[in-house]
Amino acid sequence: MDHKSDKSEPADNLKLYWRENIKLVCGLLVIWFAVSFGAGILFVDILNKVQLGGVPLGFWFAQQGSILVFVVLIFVYVGRVHVIEKRFGVNDE
Amino acid sequence: MTNSAAMDTQTLTYIFVGFSFALYIGIAIWSRARSTAEFYVAGGDVHPIANGMATAADWMSAASFISMAGIIAFSGYDASVYLMGWTGGYVLLALLLAPYLRKFGQFTVPDFIGERYYSKTARVVAVICLIIISFTYIAGQMRGVGVVFSRFLELPIEWGVIVGMGIVFFYAVLGGMKGITYTQVAQYCVLIFAYLVPAVFISILMTGNPVPQLGLGSDVVGGDVSVLARLDGALVDLGFTAFTEGSKSKLDMFAITLALMVGTAGLPHVIVRFFTVPKVSDARRSAGYALVFIALLYTTAPAVGAFARLNFIHSVDEQPYAEAPGWVKTWEGIGLIAWMDKNDDGVIQYGAGAPFEGRADYTGEAGTHGERLLANKPTGAVNEIVVDRDIMVLANPEIAGLPPWVVALVAAGGVAAALSTAAGLLLVISASISHDLLKKTFRPQISERVELLAARGSAAAAIVVAGYLGINPPGFVAQVVALAFGLAACSLFPAIFMGIFFKAMNREGAVAGMVAGIIFTLSYIVYFKAPWFGAANDADHWLFGISPEGIGAVGMAVNFAVAAGVAQFTAKTPPGVRDMVDAIRIPTSVAVSEIKSGAH
Repeated sequence: MDHKSDKSEPADNLKLYWRENIKLVCGLLVIWFAVSFGAGILFVDILNKVQLGGVPLGFWFAQQGSILVFVVLIFVYVGRVHVIEKRFGVNDE
Repeated sequence: MTNSAAMDTQTLTYIFVGFSFALYIGIAIWSRARSTAEFYVAGGDVHPIANGMATAADWMSAASFISMAGIIAFSGYDASVYLMGWTGGYVLLALLLAPYLRKFGQFTVPDFIGERYYSKTARVVAVICLIIISFTYIAGQMRGVGVVFSRFLELPIEWGVIVGMGIVFFYAVLGGMKGITYTQVAQYCVLIFAYLVPAVFISILMTGNPVPQLGLGSDVVGGDVSVLARLDGALVDLGFTAFTEGSKSKLDMFAITLALMVGTAGLPHVIVRFFTVPKVSDARRSAGYALVFIALLYTTAPAVGAFARLNFIHSVDEQPYAEAPGWVKTWEGIGLIAWMDKNDDGVIQYGAGAPFEGRADYTGEAGTHGERLLANKPTGAVNEIVVDRDIMVLANPEIAGLPPWVVALVAAGGVAAALSTAAGLLLVISASISHDLLKKTFRPQISERVELLAARGSAAAAIVVAGYLGINPPGFVAQVVALAFGLAACSLFPAIFMGIFFKAMNREGAVAGMVAGIIFTLSYIVYFKAPWFGAANDADHWLFGISPEGIGAVGMAVNFAVAAGVAQFTAKTPPGVRDMVDAIRIPTSVAVSEIKSGAH
């Protein structure tokens, strides 16, 4: 991470940990927004020009694809946040 | 359907529903609560997978089980708001709320709001929001129970509701959260099995593909057109919008989806489930498992909806009424299908537009073909038949000609879905009264034993109110339920979210935000939905073209804006509360000074 972290204040460590968590959450929420509000609503007409196994792609995102991505997002968060917590010594397992 | 086949279905339904009730009661006796911790949060030691299943059952109500596929069948793409909205909220729960609320680790949602905003007023405002949300939601469940009982057990709706309430009374009052949790695990198994069995059967019959999710895009048996393409074609021919295209505005779709997602994350009976797992990491994982279990039903629903609509068109359009399948007449018998032979040819014509004005008003006399005559004024549309969307899932096995035991199984599944959600809602209502209002606000001196007694008493009282709402139910199941989400989105979610992520948010800001959010949203809904204002409920009259179902998204923005504004001009959050927020942000109980630098 950053070179002066060894002599940093404990309160700064809490801030650093929190900032990394927020960064991770924001990144995942961008995907969350993109598959549902983006692919399923805003750009549905353009995506519907493409077919995915007999289903128009925009319609597929709105009714099935977004749900599958949501499941993946949660488990990615569970895994990634665990790594961050371990680095800061605040993990609970 | 012959008379003996009908008897068969009914006997089987009694057996299935009766067996599932015996199972729930058995579990309740085995897992009854002995302390307030067990009554409110099941002692906090539920395994994350079990909690995921319980959350899924808690969450998937009569609206998900009975109504959703019917809504998809009749509104196609427009129904995507429910599919995305009711699942996307779990991402918000897992990433933004569940782990921190678990770390905070008390019993109820108002507990968090009361402590974080160091204020009894905030706690009481949260309790009021919670009660409004939960009763709106529970009203939707009871109609579901009533429909199942009246159709399959041929009991009057009132008796259906009373039997259902009796069962919930028994295991919610006795078992508390502990009883509910393990009953919900069983209910999840019943409802998912009941949902998937007919879906798989119908998918095989229609496409030869046993996976309904894939059947949606597969070719119809004996043709080279996919189910969706066939359905689009059939609907356009009949004058409807194509199944894969919508008629709602993009802005309204956006607002409804957002209100449902945020509302899901703000529903007290869902949040409280994450208080029951042992650790913070378990809370996150548990939200993931819950969504897996929910996704199993939610990704099947679009297929069920599309199959049902296609089957429905084939079995009624241009069919002589006298030769129509038995289910048309049974559902007509309880008033959920109505046919008006406008051109007097004895043949059912199906198409876009309402066949007659207003809700079906049966005269009580039979027509020349044996149909129930209607007193309504016919419209100019070719369409002659109107069908209640709520029957699609329940009638689906009959429409597809599946054996009676599948029909009975679906009935047991519908009851499981409605009862599990009703029980979860009753529990948060009772906990907010006995714990937040009595113990934490008005009578702090009461002993644990008295608090537990008060919890059981208020659960019993809440059941009576819910029963009344069940016998005098308002509107469509899913419609009423959808409004509860808007109310949760505009009140509880912003208060909890800001409590975790913005230390600067203070008591005054949070209280003003919740009050402004719920008053704005509730007034908008009541103005357009309640009959006494006579307001035209259509896009031309709505604010920015946003429907009452989606207004919670605007209410949430109102909450955030008012809260931020008021917090600017009032006293800062006290240092002790800032430390508490720091503490809930880390999963363990290590002191801030022990946090490592995080260097690689």
